[in-house]
Amino acid sequence: MSTTLLLIQTLNGLQFGVMLFLMAAGLTLVFGIMNLVNLAHGSLYMMGAYFAAAATAWTGNPLLGILFAIPATLLLGVVVEFITLRTLYQRDHLDQVLCTFGLILFFNELARVLWGSAAIPMAIPEALTGFVTIIPGLIYPKWRLAIILVGLLVALLLYLLISHTRLGMLIRAGASNRPMVGALGVNISLLFTLVFGLGAALAGLAGAMVAPLLSVEPGMGDPILILTFVVIVIGGIGSIRGAFIASLLVGLIDTVGRSFLPALLRELFQTQSANTIGAALASMLIYILMAAVLFFRPRGLFPPKGR
Amino acid sequence: MRLDLRTITVIVVLAGLALMPLLAWAVDEPYWLRFWSRVMILALAAVGVNLILGFGGMVSFGHAMYIAIGAYAVGALRFHGVEGGLPDLLLAVGAGALVALIIGAICLRTAGIYFIMITLAFAQMTYFFFISQEQYGGDDGMRIEGGTRLGPLDLSNDATLYYATFLLLCGALLVSWRLVNSRFGMVIRGARSNEQRMTALGFPTYRYRLTAYVISAVICAIAGALLANLTLYVSPAYTHWTRSGELLIMVILGGLGSLFGPVLGAIALLLLEDVIAHFTRHWQLFLGPILILVVIFAREGLFGLLTPRRQRSHTAGGSHG
Repeated sequence: MSTTLLLIQTLNGLQFGVMLFLMAAGLTLVFGIMNLVNLAHGSLYMMGAYFAAAATAWTGNPLLGILFAIPATLLLGVVVEFITLRTLYQRDHLDQVLCTFGLILFFNELARVLWGSAAIPMAIPEALTGFVTIIPGLIYPKWRLAIILVGLLVALLLYLLISHTRLGMLIRAGASNRPMVGALGVNISLLFTLVFGLGAALAGLAGAMVAPLLSVEPGMGDPILILTFVVIVIGGIGSIRGAFIASLLVGLIDTVGRSFLPALLRELFQTQSANTIGAALASMLIYILMAAVLFFRPRGLFPPKGR
Repeated sequence: MRLDLRTITVIVVLAGLALMPLLAWAVDEPYWLRFWSRVMILALAAVGVNLILGFGGMVSFGHAMYIAIGAYAVGALRFHGVEGGLPDLLLAVGAGALVALIIGAICLRTAGIYFIMITLAFAQMTYFFFISQEQYGGDDGMRIEGGTRLGPLDLSNDATLYYATFLLLCGALLVSWRLVNSRFGMVIRGARSNEQRMTALGFPTYRYRLTAYVISAVICAIAGALLANLTLYVSPAYTHWTRSGELLIMVILGGLGSLFGPVLGAIALLLLEDVIAHFTRHWQLFLGPILILVVIFAREGLFGLLTPRRQRSHTAGGSHG
């Protein structure tokens, strides 16, 4: 177990974590303000990846593809919100879960109809291919580093938006007491469409940026959706700060656990089965973390005040 | 018992299911027998889910886990060379109940959306646990050599399995009916509408809920053991989160808070899949929007449509979650 490997896996975990944050930020805001459980958030991520891949194939420039994916997913999110989700705000969580489950079925199949079942490859923007030496002896792919930086930048911008602008003030107020904000004359449905669009754009950005790393295929949003829910539940639903910390926690624990836990158990127990048990334990690690957090703090680590 | 539309529906559907094998033989369509066995097995699981969802207001997004546990119980026994039927049932029910007791005890500390998510997390854990079981085929799952045998009953025979499932489904409906209308059921339903009041009345609602959760899990585990007999195959996909979603859909489609609703929901969902799949490979493209429309416009589900309008407000499950 070398230090370099540990550093690289930590960076990988960080990259995974910021990507989860891009997903979790939108989801937790939507839940916090409108009390809406949106399972279709993973579909927006998938559509972001497809938009990027399609636009790249069309223009031949991956950077343009990614830049196209952001407004395209934003628009899609607003349309979906307007057509289906709007009617669900006053409903209970069960109705929302089922309705957005229907959206997942629809979008996965739509992707299959439009782009086929096979995975679509997508290139990395030319300037960001190859590796960069971070410290002597530690080389790391430029594109993954770029994802980390973009993710942290988005986190910073979100922080500024939420804590230092009028819109952010309304969002925070909406999260802690929605009826009161409405009573004070704020157009709450417009606010929500904005927030939903913002969340969709962030999901689209996440999908577009990981498209070159993963395969773009139908259903690619499903596993990431579950992880995103784990993140926002650990962080406390409605809290951006909680989402940020939980994202990095989940990203790091998952990545580092998967690469080192099997080896660690092998060292400790010296048996054949240690390897498989280690692998199983590594994939269960974040769910165990979530169950533990909920056991001790049933409302997550940073539950928003006032609800 | 007054003969209203709902009672007639229950009688017609159950009679239809009882006579289905005769029809299948008459027109020589053995496929029907297996299709309707599958429908009834999933209906049985949905009846289990309905017990906590429809009456207790607990939205479990992880009940496919118990189907998988029941199925793996049969698979594992056969893998280790244990023949016979009683061990199958004992292990499926025992393992299901034990796991449900532990997981339920943790999950029921939370409520609302957190309950949905923590049940989902445990189902995911089970998913990865079964994937890691390489002796049982890991990711690919395994074939099961031979079904459950209970004395003269051999469940690997299609017709025997069909009627065993039918009887178990009727049994589960009867048990749910007795439970829901008992004192126990009153407490569960009371805790759904107003937990504080039930606690103030001195009921330990947590324990009642946990009991209901375990009973519902055991019903799903039995359904899992039957499913293993039907497919003679088991894989981690049985506990995939979309399977848990489908169980919820069946309950909602049939009508929340009605005893017979889940059966109608299972029939409707699987028929819908089967019919749309006849016309197009992309059946989910249509199933998704249909589901959305049902949730938005037909809140009481199929069983609710059979209820006279003036009674609806009393019988519909309404909002909780």
